[in-house]
Amino acid sequence: MAHQVIIDNTGEVFACGEDCNVLHAMEQLRRKGIPVGCRNGGCGVCKIEVMGGAFAKRKMSRAVVSAEEEARGCVLACKTYPQGDLRVRVVGKMAGAVERALKPNVSSSIGFCWTISSPPPDKET
Amino acid sequence: MALTGVLRPGHVALRVLEMEPALNHYVNVLGLTEVTRDKKGRVFLKAWDEHDHHSVVLREADEAGIDYMGWRVDSSATLKKLAADIEASRLCADLEWIPSGEHPATGERFRFTIPTGHVMELFAEKDKLGNNCGTDGQDVNPMPWPEGMHGIAPSRFDHCLLYGDDLDGTVKLFMDVLGFSLAERVMVGPQGSVMLGAFLTCSNKAHDVAFIRQPVKGKFHHASFILGSWEQVLKAGDILSRNKVSIDIGPTRHGITRGETIYFFDPSGNRNEVFAGGYIHYPDKPTITWTEAELGPAIFYHDRKLNEAFLSVFT
Repeated sequence: MAHQVIIDNTGEVFACGEDCNVLHAMEQLRRKGIPVGCRNGGCGVCKIEVMGGAFAKRKMSRAVVSAEEEARGCVLACKTYPQGDLRVRVVGKMAGAVERALKPNVSSSIGFCWTISSPPPDKET
Repeated sequence: MALTGVLRPGHVALRVLEMEPALNHYVNVLGLTEVTRDKKGRVFLKAWDEHDHHSVVLREADEAGIDYMGWRVDSSATLKKLAADIEASRLCADLEWIPSGEHPATGERFRFTIPTGHVMELFAEKDKLGNNCGTDGQDVNPMPWPEGMHGIAPSRFDHCLLYGDDLDGTVKLFMDVLGFSLAERVMVGPQGSVMLGAFLTCSNKAHDVAFIRQPVKGKFHHASFILGSWEQVLKAGDILSRNKVSIDIGPTRHGITRGETIYFFDPSGNRNEVFAGGYIHYPDKPTITWTEAELGPAIFYHDRKLNEAFLSVFT
């Protein structure tokens, strides 16, 4: 059964079946809004916060979703399967790109993807 | 100059979220061979033309990413000398000897954490299983390739690209202590004064390991496996699509190292590459420099532009 997924940041709405993950449904319908990374639960780029609605989830890398985040509904779209209509907010590290895409006049530099001038080497241990 | 000291990347140990889909990927799709498993549940694999017992180690864990990368050195004497040199350099942390047999069929390993936060190992001994090409015994009158290859079937594990913060310290370690050459570098910032990327080689290859400066510690961008031709890279694309593998970029060509490439993700989101081409490196080859203005073609020579997901996605 298909449910509606609403992306809070952009207002985008698309349909997603219960056996389909949210990211895959978005890509299949050629919709945008959630950044696409590895699609396999490892990189965290597609992290969303579920603001409302029931869903099932599969294993995600703890390096990108902490137990606390997961407990409050922060999950990876590629591992999230709707069981009702979902309202989500994009919170992954590329979320800025989503909002930038809505403002085409803002030019981007390579700084958006690689931090090109780090401070001197950090000696943390 | 003969090839001595550190010989090659000997193994990469990766964390996977679930072992079964990981093995389907690495064995059936990528085409590595499972060699053995140990009591901890780790699975050891090799590519077809590698003589050594294993080159890829998979461990089920809660996080994706890299545990460590191991380097084969030419002798036990070199292993002891480099271990002492690493300690004396004071560039590394958490130095330790891992006893013989902790990896099956492998001698003792010297483990250390480099300035970018990655765990590296040196070892001198690992059993030779051979490449299954011999017709009158192992390595006697060999066929050019063995029977029974499946999947993409790269011949070797080739290199890793890793993300970390103290790139200068790591480059100093690899060049001054471990004897690597800097084949290529990416320079950015004011007057191109900041090294963003370093492509390091201990051999005739364009790179055996590469690092990108990013404000993180110990992160993994990809593990790469080598193919024989551009046509094989295209066929890899067919095999990946047939198996509905998450493809990242390609097939395309890199400006850096000239490699012909396709990138994709394992079922835990760890990026893999299979590639062909490149060039022959000699220690006296001048270092190639890429500037900030030409970063697009440096990375993707055909598209000539940067791809945010390729750069920002890592485990």
